[in-house]
Amino acid sequence: MTSAPVTGGDGFAPLPPVSALELDRRHFRRRQTTKSLFVSLGSTVLFATVIAIVLANSPGWQIARDTFFNPDYFWSSFPKVWHGLLLNLRVLVVSVIGVAIVATLLASIRSLRGAVFFPLRFLAAAYTDLFRGTPFLIVLYLIGFGVPALGFNDRPIDAAVLGTIALVLSYSAYVAEVLRAGIEAVHPSQRLAARSLGLSHYRSLTLIVLPQALRKVTPALMNDFVSMQKDVGLISVLGAVDAIRAAQNLTALSYNYTPYVVAGLMFVALSWPFIRLTDWISARQQRREQMGGAV
Amino acid sequence: MPEHLLDIRGVVKKFDANPVLRGIDLSVDAHEVVVLIGASGSGKSTLLRTINLLERVDDGQIFVDGQDVTDPRVKGDAVRANIGVVFQHYNLFPHLSVLSNVTLALRKVHGVAKDTANERGLALLDRIGLAAKANDYPDRLSGGQQQRVAIARAIATNPVLLLLDEITSALDPQLVGEVLDLVTELKEQGSTILMATHEIGFARKVADRVVFLKGGVIVEQGPPAQILENPVEPETQEFLSRVMR
Repeated sequence: MTSAPVTGGDGFAPLPPVSALELDRRHFRRRQTTKSLFVSLGSTVLFATVIAIVLANSPGWQIARDTFFNPDYFWSSFPKVWHGLLLNLRVLVVSVIGVAIVATLLASIRSLRGAVFFPLRFLAAAYTDLFRGTPFLIVLYLIGFGVPALGFNDRPIDAAVLGTIALVLSYSAYVAEVLRAGIEAVHPSQRLAARSLGLSHYRSLTLIVLPQALRKVTPALMNDFVSMQKDVGLISVLGAVDAIRAAQNLTALSYNYTPYVVAGLMFVALSWPFIRLTDWISARQQRREQMGGAV
Repeated sequence: MPEHLLDIRGVVKKFDANPVLRGIDLSVDAHEVVVLIGASGSGKSTLLRTINLLERVDDGQIFVDGQDVTDPRVKGDAVRANIGVVFQHYNLFPHLSVLSNVTLALRKVHGVAKDTANERGLALLDRIGLAAKANDYPDRLSGGQQQRVAIARAIATNPVLLLLDEITSALDPQLVGEVLDLVTELKEQGSTILMATHEIGFARKVADRVVFLKGGVIVEQGPPAQILENPVEPETQEFLSRVMR
């Protein structure tokens, strides 16, 4: 039993044209996809309709709508709340940079080996334990009202600056633990291979271990980032006029809560691209690791 | 209706634009052992994976026991439940004991009662000489032992067809023998086996037919004596001269 020798342009015979059977199979699969698409669309519409009917028939719907979804207040509060959101954004950018630096330092310290570094390791561990256990609101109060009370400064320190410090302190503890999990998930043989090339502990960490660790914990880091995006709104309790504080000020004038809805929508709009990006990155990672194409 | 147990007709598989299988025709009869040889990237593994529907073919048909498994109306899980697969890297479930690994499909797919499944699993483990390890976890076993357990897991449900994908490639040389002995034993008991391997010596001993693949096409096939000793095609000669050196 011998099949004919195979020759052609690239050394191989050209592929046969797609058979009618395969075209038929593709057609069937497309129909199945369309069908399930319609089923999911239909169920979504049905669900939304039920919710709308329940809301519209609730006894207080008229009052609730005018208090929370008033279009006049919506547009008139928009500029002030937007102006506040810009402060949130500035705080966010500075905090993210601060967290990246502090958390990487903490995680690196916690992965140091050798008895000499015990005090450092202990301090880093104590720090993460303390700040992960303390509610963020309490950290905010302690920094926001405690630091000015120490009286080092003649002039009052900007509430946004104090809020940023509190954010960095609190979130660094979380992010450091995520990074440490990533560092520990890199196989020890990678570190051994790096050290075998003559790289120092520091260089094998920065050139070999950390890049791989980051890749492993990207989804978890993005999750922390999204969480941080909305927690920047909490600096309003220190009196910084951010989006939430701006909304609060407007509400105090009118007793209409629409500005809060405006602020809420802005925070959602702010986080949405990153949430999608996180999903996309996890999906890509999964695609890369998946071996079975069809299951 | 095809009379072969496995009948592959004109199978094409592409990854993106790259054709990996370029129209494969191959049949395997019941109780036959067919060995696929060829360099890495020749399409051996992909061919095995299309048979139990881990990869969807881009053209052609595959009949297993008379059923066209490439028909989109066919339930993939039902097809896979009747085909045993052993992978290069064992892929035992590390969180389950050896016995649970072997009995998992019996209990959760085929609805066999736990006691009956355990009895069967222990009998199988006894046959492969690992009954004493039944309650150990896979990481306590050597590579060869793990691969034997993986084979036991694959045959526990009495599949009509066994697909073995380079099952000795990840093993230390001294552990290869024990795994291949088990395959020989399965052949003697009448299993139908399609396997991809680099062990040319083993292919000569156990195969009813040897198939040489290159670039996603079958270059040559026939009884081991003919293909391995007197190959007709220059490509087969070249491949063999490299691996036999």
